[in-house]
Amino acid sequence: MADDIETRVRKIVVEHLGVEEEKVTENASFIDDLGADSLDTVELVMAFEEEFGIEIPDDAAETIQTFGDAVKFIKDAQ
Amino acid sequence: MRRVVVTGLGMVSPLASGVEETWTRLLAGESGAGTITRFDADHLATNYACEIPRGDGTGGTFDPNAWMEPKEQRKVDDFILYGVAAAEMAVRDSGWMPEDEEGQLRTGVMIGSGIGGLETIADTSILLRDRGPRRVSPFFIPSALINLVSGQVSIRFGFKGPNHAPVTACATGSHAIGDAARMIQCEDADVMIAGGAESSICEIGIAGFNACKALSTKRRDDPQSASRPYDSDRDGFVMGEGSGVVVLEEYEHAKARGAKIYAEVVGYGMSGDAYHITAPSEDGDGGYRAMQAALKRAKLDPASIDYINAHGTSTMADTVELAAVERLMGDAASNAVMSSTKSSVGHLLGAAGAIEAIFCILAIRDRVAPPTINLDNPAVTPTLNLAANAKVERDIDIALSNSFGFGGTNASLVLSRVAD
Repeated sequence: MADDIETRVRKIVVEHLGVEEEKVTENASFIDDLGADSLDTVELVMAFEEEFGIEIPDDAAETIQTFGDAVKFIKDAQ
Repeated sequence: MRRVVVTGLGMVSPLASGVEETWTRLLAGESGAGTITRFDADHLATNYACEIPRGDGTGGTFDPNAWMEPKEQRKVDDFILYGVAAAEMAVRDSGWMPEDEEGQLRTGVMIGSGIGGLETIADTSILLRDRGPRRVSPFFIPSALINLVSGQVSIRFGFKGPNHAPVTACATGSHAIGDAARMIQCEDADVMIAGGAESSICEIGIAGFNACKALSTKRRDDPQSASRPYDSDRDGFVMGEGSGVVVLEEYEHAKARGAKIYAEVVGYGMSGDAYHITAPSEDGDGGYRAMQAALKRAKLDPASIDYINAHGTSTMADTVELAAVERLMGDAASNAVMSSTKSSVGHLLGAAGAIEAIFCILAIRDRVAPPTINLDNPAVTPTLNLAANAKVERDIDIALSNSFGFGGTNASLVLSRVAD
């Protein structure tokens, strides 16, 4: 199940940011490593909410900086 | 006054992606109209339009991926996609891609739109109602704003001069070119990327123009015959989409870098009807005064005009404009050719004036007036040669382009051959 979440999050990141799958590593920062801007990160969080049927409040969204952050948040939320 | 010349052309039209591809088909009398494919339009009073032919780029089709990364396409409405593509074509054609700060500071962008991201606004409104505000995309506003074509183009090429976007309905493209030329004359910039972009072929766009009785509705069985300016059987315009963009440049600046010079923008005139929100006055006074003002600025006599690209939308207003042009030209009318290229490409609204200015420039270059297709039975007997159903080959040194918009806003451009 955990792997499943990682796969689904990675798929969203690859689609939205147009990056190679290999670059979406545990510590990859959306902004510094994957070329996202502040609007991209808002859209990413919306996509995570949609995919996993969860709500990510704005203050929590600000703590999601890396792929690993996103996976951890979603695992905890489920 | 500084002289302004055209040094680059770009176009995405319902006939083809690309200036030369479109021009060839226009001269051959082809139509870009067809049953709407983008969405199911059967329930609308009009189910046909002139859509951009999308494809892999071969055969004149428009391949979005050739002009913008797929991930960026998701963040823009189609009018921005078309505008950026046409601007890229025009900039490449001109060869003006300055890397130095001074060159970038002296280059501006002025690409307008009549309506902007209409479909994006409509879709997002439905999303908001159905799923609430948290589902509204962070890219909603920047994909719908009209000036985001100019913004995107400036970001893409690093153009840091004036960044502007006119919004004057169906006169937008002409106002953009005229106003941008003035910015160069007033030394705000040396180069301006100017034009219009539009993508209103969506459910709410068709429904809205249907509601104000502006669109053709009677040609479901034969959409290609629906846009028929001046014809007695015309019943409204056929909506088009796309973008036209030109690179305008101060004459000495263009000469100094050995740029290819297509034509000179010698005249620009504007007027307001002060009459009605959607109809011109019966005497065509507003259009008449715009043409008169453009000729005055050009210091030209009406008799010097060889070709007129009419606003001519295939509505009742066609004959109003025709009478105004004939009144302006007097006896000289019988020596000039006037055509409405909207018969082929439909009405591109805010992009119309820009692509039609490009058609004027190519008419000057190739000494040929494009045809008014579907003109089988003229509603009135014209003094002007309306190039009915066939191009007219003749010398064209001076061309005039008219654009009139809802709200009673009028713009005329005068373009001239530049002697070698």
